Amino acid sequence: MKEYFQKYLTLRKHNMKVAWKKAKLRKMCYLFLAPYAILFTMFYVFPVVASIYYSFTYYNILEPPRFIGLQNYISLILQDDIFLIGVKNTLMIALITGPLGYILSFLFAWLINELPRWIRSIAVIVFYAPSIAGNCYVIFSVFFRGDAYGYVNAFLMNLGIIDTPRLWLIDPKYMLPICMIVILWMSMGSGFLSFVAGLQGVDRSQFEAGYMDGIKNRWQELWYITLPSMKPMLMFGAVMTITSSFGVADVTMALCGYPSTDYAARTIVTHLFDYGYSRFEMGYACAIATILFLMMILCNKAIQSLLRRVGT
Amino acid sequence: MSAKILKKRKPNRSIAGDIALYIFLLLVAFVMAFPIIYAVNAALKPLDELFKFPPKIFAQHPTLDNFSDLFVTMGKSWVTFTRYLFNTVFITFCGTAGHLIIASMGAFVLAKYDFPGNKVFFKIVTVAMMFTGWVTAIPNYLILNKLGWIDTYWSIIIPAFASPMGLFLMKQFMEGLPTSLIEAAKIDGANEWKVFSGIVMPNVKPAWMTLIIFSVQGLWNNKASTYIYSEERKTLVFALQQIQAGGIARTGQGAAVLVVVMIVPIIIFVFSESQILETMASSGLKD
Repeated sequence: MKEYFQKYLTLRKHNMKVAWKKAKLRKMCYLFLAPYAILFTMFYVFPVVASIYYSFTYYNILEPPRFIGLQNYISLILQDDIFLIGVKNTLMIALITGPLGYILSFLFAWLINELPRWIRSIAVIVFYAPSIAGNCYVIFSVFFRGDAYGYVNAFLMNLGIIDTPRLWLIDPKYMLPICMIVILWMSMGSGFLSFVAGLQGVDRSQFEAGYMDGIKNRWQELWYITLPSMKPMLMFGAVMTITSSFGVADVTMALCGYPSTDYAARTIVTHLFDYGYSRFEMGYACAIATILFLMMILCNKAIQSLLRRVGT
Repeated sequence: MSAKILKKRKPNRSIAGDIALYIFLLLVAFVMAFPIIYAVNAALKPLDELFKFPPKIFAQHPTLDNFSDLFVTMGKSWVTFTRYLFNTVFITFCGTAGHLIIASMGAFVLAKYDFPGNKVFFKIVTVAMMFTGWVTAIPNYLILNKLGWIDTYWSIIIPAFASPMGLFLMKQFMEGLPTSLIEAAKIDGANEWKVFSGIVMPNVKPAWMTLIIFSVQGLWNNKASTYIYSEERKTLVFALQQIQAGGIARTGQGAAVLVVVMIVPIIIFVFSESQILETMASSGLKD
């Protein structure tokens, strides 16, 4: 056992030496990477670590942080009902708009791919534009206005489906579904672009081989040829979708107000915003951030292992 | 002509299916575009049409009154419109330029050289794409505060340099460059910097555009409300949203604001679409 351990140690030492020599030889590379690496560590890696540290403290900026152990997490889960509403809403939004937006992005990228070149480029603009249109989503508050002059109310009343105007953005019953519609409208983001580009790059000869092997319709072609060769893009799209669907806050805050009626449109990020920037309870807010971080990373890992099975 | 079209068709497609597909896509495209079309039309409506009942979707007598009103309102405010515009343009330009240079330098060595720590670093960058900026918002604020950058342009510009998305896309794209290109230059006696600036960068122009649009998108729409509180350093979007919040009297101007804010990223995208798609073709996440 001891011998084995010794062997392992010498091997490690040797490996380290080799790595060190290699690193010396490639000094240039570190110089090139340094500016990015320093800033990245400062604004992405370190904040995550700091956030985890502060989550175990009581910190209000004025006084130095005081270590309080798991107290923040305990109050979050056991006492903070509003946080639980936020978790529930975030999960609802993520579980519905995430997969749906992802599938729609792929579906439309795939359908657009069949179009002639110039129509395709117009179609890409039309589908992608909502996700980069700034805060254009506030226009939905005009469509869903609560009085009889709102478009949706007027439309439904003319059809006789409802007889009195609904307070779409104030009534807790309707808030979340409307936010989901808006988020879906904006869901064709960078993942969609990645799909469009990936579909154009699928090897043509594979399709021809497919015709010979008797692939009958577009659905078979999709499952047996297109999807397997798109795997890396599918992964990328999944990462983008998860990141955006767990981080929902702007849309709900703009449409349903902040705070919304009965906190019905509260998400985890809204809660974080509340504690971080309105109440300055930084320790508590960091605990929320840490929970959000863990949720996103775990979800990503789960989806990635799922996607690895596509086409196998 | 028609024979040519028929020949180009894939043999396993039915014509009925294609027609159904076109109609379906047209419908969805209309739904997707409708809010944007509506927003543009609202901005072009004169005031009496904005409050007309029943409302019309398309402007009957389109005018640019709302835009000129907007400039008048902003011109009369304590901080002028040009100042807000300058703030946003300055932040967007500096942030994007710095991000492009720094991320490309990092991406170049990550893609083309093998050195200890290479894979690990890239893995960490991909993990950083998996969570939203909200997770790091509070420690970021504290760090910027320590640095004394709160309420300066740098609080937005410098963190934008390190955006993981840009490095990721750039690295993936650079991996597609033939290594022989770099080796040939090295034999000719070029050092790493010359290879980078003279050979690699000119060959990855499509990726530039992609980095630029993602960065501009983020910075142009950045309200920065938590980092900047002096009125004269606030961004255009923030100022415009204050106008939007001005209630019913500002309806027309609010609609103009929406258009001003959304038009810039969309125009950049329209002009650089083919380059962006070329870059996104290499965006896949391999493991």
